[in-house]
Amino acid sequence: MAQLTFIEALREALRLEMQRDPRVVIMGEDVGTKGGVFRVTQGLQTEFGELRVLDTPLAEVGIAGAAIGAAFAGLRPVAEFQFADYIHPAWDQIVNEAATIRYRSYGDWSCPVVFRAPSGAGVFGGLYHSQSVEAYFAHVPGLKVVVPAIPADAKGLLAAAIRDDDPVVFFEHKKNYRRYREDVPDGEYVQPLGVARLDRPGTDLSVITYGIGVYWAREAADQVASEGLSTEILDLRTVAPLDREAIARTVQKTGKALVLHEDNRTLGVGAEVAAFIAEELFESLDAPVVRVAAADCHLPFAESQEAEIIPNPTRVAAALRRLASY
Amino acid sequence: MARAKTMPPRHRELGLSDQQVRELYRTMVLARVIDERLWILSRQGKAHFVLTSRGHEAAQVGSALALRVGYDYVFSYYRDMALGLALGFTPDDIFLSVLARQGDIMSGGRQLPNHLSSRRLRVATQSSSVASQIPHGAGAAYAARVLGEDFVAITYFGDGATSKGDFHEGLNFAAVWKLPAIFFCENNGWAISVPLDKQMGTATVAERAAAYGIPGVRLDGCDPLAVYAATREAVERARRGEGPTLIDAEVVRLTPHSSQDDDHYRTRDVLDEAKRRDPIPRFRRYLEEQNLLDEAEDARLWDELRAEVIAAQERAEAAPPPPPEEARRHLFAAEGR
Repeated sequence: MAQLTFIEALREALRLEMQRDPRVVIMGEDVGTKGGVFRVTQGLQTEFGELRVLDTPLAEVGIAGAAIGAAFAGLRPVAEFQFADYIHPAWDQIVNEAATIRYRSYGDWSCPVVFRAPSGAGVFGGLYHSQSVEAYFAHVPGLKVVVPAIPADAKGLLAAAIRDDDPVVFFEHKKNYRRYREDVPDGEYVQPLGVARLDRPGTDLSVITYGIGVYWAREAADQVASEGLSTEILDLRTVAPLDREAIARTVQKTGKALVLHEDNRTLGVGAEVAAFIAEELFESLDAPVVRVAAADCHLPFAESQEAEIIPNPTRVAAALRRLASY
Repeated sequence: MARAKTMPPRHRELGLSDQQVRELYRTMVLARVIDERLWILSRQGKAHFVLTSRGHEAAQVGSALALRVGYDYVFSYYRDMALGLALGFTPDDIFLSVLARQGDIMSGGRQLPNHLSSRRLRVATQSSSVASQIPHGAGAAYAARVLGEDFVAITYFGDGATSKGDFHEGLNFAAVWKLPAIFFCENNGWAISVPLDKQMGTATVAERAAAYGIPGVRLDGCDPLAVYAATREAVERARRGEGPTLIDAEVVRLTPHSSQDDDHYRTRDVLDEAKRRDPIPRFRRYLEEQNLLDEAEDARLWDELRAEVIAAQERAEAAPPPPPEEARRHLFAAEGR
């Protein structure tokens, strides 16, 4: 078991999948010679050649559309968008095309494309290098939306996304690309899509989260542990489809649920989780569901203002205390 | 324009047999006959929506003749019914789709009419989002390079589609990597009600090719032999690894945009000129000049095809609607998610 950063784990998944399956190709801006602006694809063009690790023109519709076309003709492309903030021009291609291809052809065609993008704030990115956009895509039938938190899942879920026969939108928190080194299984390692992961067991409170929220939840759980509160952390890993059974298990266990994400609060993934709990698990609740999320605002460059908008471990801990005392 | 008696007929010069050009004409007429039926069904309230290929038949059928059907990838758009017939779709396929009945091989009754799709024929499913298929054609051509196969990808679209970013991004992508792609514009000069001079600053679509460093070929899209010749050349270039070609086939739209449109924005002169360029009587005259068809044979052909088409329509009308319990089927590979 190697200790890898998130980015090293992604790269290992890409390398292993490309070795395993000659139909897997990578396409995007700067992914080839440079190895990506974050170096996720570093060294891959040398190993697999310029056609399979393709430097595309700076054009997101073209990247998404060509990836879809390549999938029509038998490839399994991994399309990289340099930042999730720039995936928006490709919205039509991903939502009106990739997501509908199987459905609209009555199962005759499929679209096995992975659309990868770094997302998330806290890196002095300003309005256009900080966005969390997963909820938009999670609303679309026919798409799977994956937001891994830990390095092992970066590897295991990216491998699963590449092997999946349907389009997968895959968001990676850029702030965590190199921040943590954790155990990642060696060799072939695949984790199922649509299955949550119990990050930490607990008995008093549940934090249901994904992505960077898992790390905020860990810190917050540590803070309140000294006060005698035991917090369970559920990492959703895939925000579409949601693992409702795992959500039910933790809510039934603790009776108190906090839903956490960096994306905006209104109509975020947490809204769906909270609605599900209200509809299906009302009798298990000992307190109203609490949401901690961004403050429905754009993300400013100035750290002093950005910190006002996005959640942090201290705010999560405060919310946990309020929830515990309800 | 009389040709010298000693010169071989144009289709023979192009390597096409008499039988092939008779077949070409037959497919054009079949498309026209279906098209006429569809408008009748629309007026009867039996078809909710009709999109037409009337006036585009020569461009569609002539270009299809230059392809390896079932090997080359085809990305089409909503006007390409005649193209579909040339590639192997049947009148039954068309009517089942128009009436959204069970057994519709294109979409199981989910898509609007004329949204061709068949994996077996390598005709990609299309959306209704104009120009979105253009980068798909570039991507499929890229796949040919990766896989080391010599299929080409041909993408059809109208003149309005060339205004969209997808057109630019798709052509640019294909041009940079010299991909085996053919971009085929069925240029009828009208994007619903907006004429070409309000669609682009250039006089033609073909000259836009210069911006990508690829050949742009403008031709008479109402002449199936000219279309065949130019498409074949583009396909051969693509297979030789010399990159994409933009074909600008000047066609005519002989009907309103769709059954929901009334053409009130086009003058009588414009419509008369379109009618004068109708590819079907024109190709019939060519066949008559070559002694490959006479008036009686032509009348028999139309009668025979009309009977065939009415039979297909009746079979489709008798087919049941898609089962409601399957409305969510095929969202994902694994059912029940």
